[in-house]
Amino acid sequence: MRELIVRGIHIDDTFAEAFTMRATAVVITADNARWARQAAVSMTGFATSVIGCGCEAGIDTELPPQRTPDRRPGARVLLFAVSTSELQKQLQNRVGQCVLTTVGSACYAGLEGEEALKLGSALRFFGDGWQISKRFAGKRYWRVPVMDGEFVCEATTGLTKAAVGGGNLLIMGRSTETTQAAAQAAVEAISAVPDVITPFPGGIVRSGSKVGSKYKASASTNEAYCPTLRGAVNSALNSEVASVLEIVIDGLTPDAVAAAMRAGLAAVLRLGPRRGAVRISAGNYGGKLGPHHFRLKDLLP
Amino acid sequence: MKPLVLTMRTTPDERLDMSPLVPHRLSGKTAAEIRKLGLQTGRRPIAVGDIFQVSGGDPSHIRIEGATNRLDQIGQELAGGEIVVEGDVGNQAGRSMQGGGLVINGNAGHWTASGMRGGRIEVAGSAADRLGGPLAGETVGMRGGVVVVRGNVGERAADRLRRGTIIVEGRAGAHAGSRMIAGTLVLRRRAGPLPGYLMRRGTIVLGEGCDELSPTFLDSGAYDLVIIRLLSEFIKQHTAAGFSVLRSPLRRLAGDMAVLGKGEIFVPAE
Repeated sequence: MRELIVRGIHIDDTFAEAFTMRATAVVITADNARWARQAAVSMTGFATSVIGCGCEAGIDTELPPQRTPDRRPGARVLLFAVSTSELQKQLQNRVGQCVLTTVGSACYAGLEGEEALKLGSALRFFGDGWQISKRFAGKRYWRVPVMDGEFVCEATTGLTKAAVGGGNLLIMGRSTETTQAAAQAAVEAISAVPDVITPFPGGIVRSGSKVGSKYKASASTNEAYCPTLRGAVNSALNSEVASVLEIVIDGLTPDAVAAAMRAGLAAVLRLGPRRGAVRISAGNYGGKLGPHHFRLKDLLP
Repeated sequence: MKPLVLTMRTTPDERLDMSPLVPHRLSGKTAAEIRKLGLQTGRRPIAVGDIFQVSGGDPSHIRIEGATNRLDQIGQELAGGEIVVEGDVGNQAGRSMQGGGLVINGNAGHWTASGMRGGRIEVAGSAADRLGGPLAGETVGMRGGVVVVRGNVGERAADRLRRGTIIVEGRAGAHAGSRMIAGTLVLRRRAGPLPGYLMRRGTIVLGEGCDELSPTFLDSGAYDLVIIRLLSEFIKQHTAAGFSVLRSPLRRLAGDMAVLGKGEIFVPAE
């Protein structure tokens, strides 16, 4: 594999291979930013990978009061899944269990899409007949009486079938400390990019996987990138690399994912090889599975 | 493009049915053809040209100048485009309107917005009785759209309202929101006696309370509800008048318990 060196950091001449997914977004508001954030964090918990969690979810951005429908502090949450029915199920369960239950919360559509997913029109039944529908400006809201007042929830939210899941960066460093620093800098830069999330804990995944296993499992550890197996397996790592961290990026559009990867790359390069990463790569499956290819050299700042 | 302007030359002797003069029925017609169109009035046949001076223009925007309260059913079944009326109008303005805009720069008669399904009506003056209400024999009144009245409204405003929003910047007569099925009625000033009489569902906001409240409305307490914030944001798009009542805690009165009782009246908390 040809290598390119930018600011002393090796950039592999490779690409991230990403897949088309179904995605939706909701805006959660509450009496203050703390509770809006709390509802969003709860709702996006255990949503790191579609393989084990049913969906991938995260907070896109926190919203100031002037950018929310009810002029209270809020957060925009994105959800990604492989099918419309699974996305609907995850949305309904997560808003029902995590947002409806949060003090003072309300939930609104966060995306205008060609198709709609049920939001309040599924959760209204919690009202047991006391729910009230109100329509303003072509939007329907459900008011569900709860013990601290009313839970207001827009009837539907939008669905996009052109979302992209699996954009990624592989960040490699000389030590766990420097690699973590580089990955954190990348996640921080990506968090400012609209319409994308990094679904893993803190935006970073340390257990990159390959397809298949010697056991009955669909995925298993990617031994080529495990530094402790260097020498024992056909390793992708040279002697300089002691730690590899991956950032997985899901976005509402291919452009959003590209912008996020660009921001992440720029942040890692800015940090330099001494304090951060010595090499950056990306994960792919040979290019035959996913329709979206994000070449690292095209995304360099 | 210039609007089609109808300037009143002479006041008709009897009431005049203006329902043919809407954009979708005039599209493609020349000014000469419009002048020859017949209008319904008393026994004597009458043409548009007998009453109005017609100056050609785009019939998707109609301007009626010098209007009086003898002109009924202006903007009936309006589906798109806009009608602006300078002067007063008679009964049933915007009757069964489906879309577009009707602006009345004057006062409106009875049954304004009756059976309206969509679009927007703005009355710069006052509107008489049964704003948005059903005609005799009909079971449902207004069922969509937005009506803004800058002045006062008569009795039974929003009678049998099913859906949509009515915003009144002035006062309301007796029985505002009578027999409401759903929908929203917001009054900036005081309402007459017995608002929400026999309402089943829906929301009434009384900015300055009412003269007499039916004992079949029960206090649910004072709250700062999210839905009122959404209503407030929506109202801001339609009226510059400050509905300060929507920014303070409101007392919710549930009723009318004489019927289904799933409606609500909001009044200032103090």
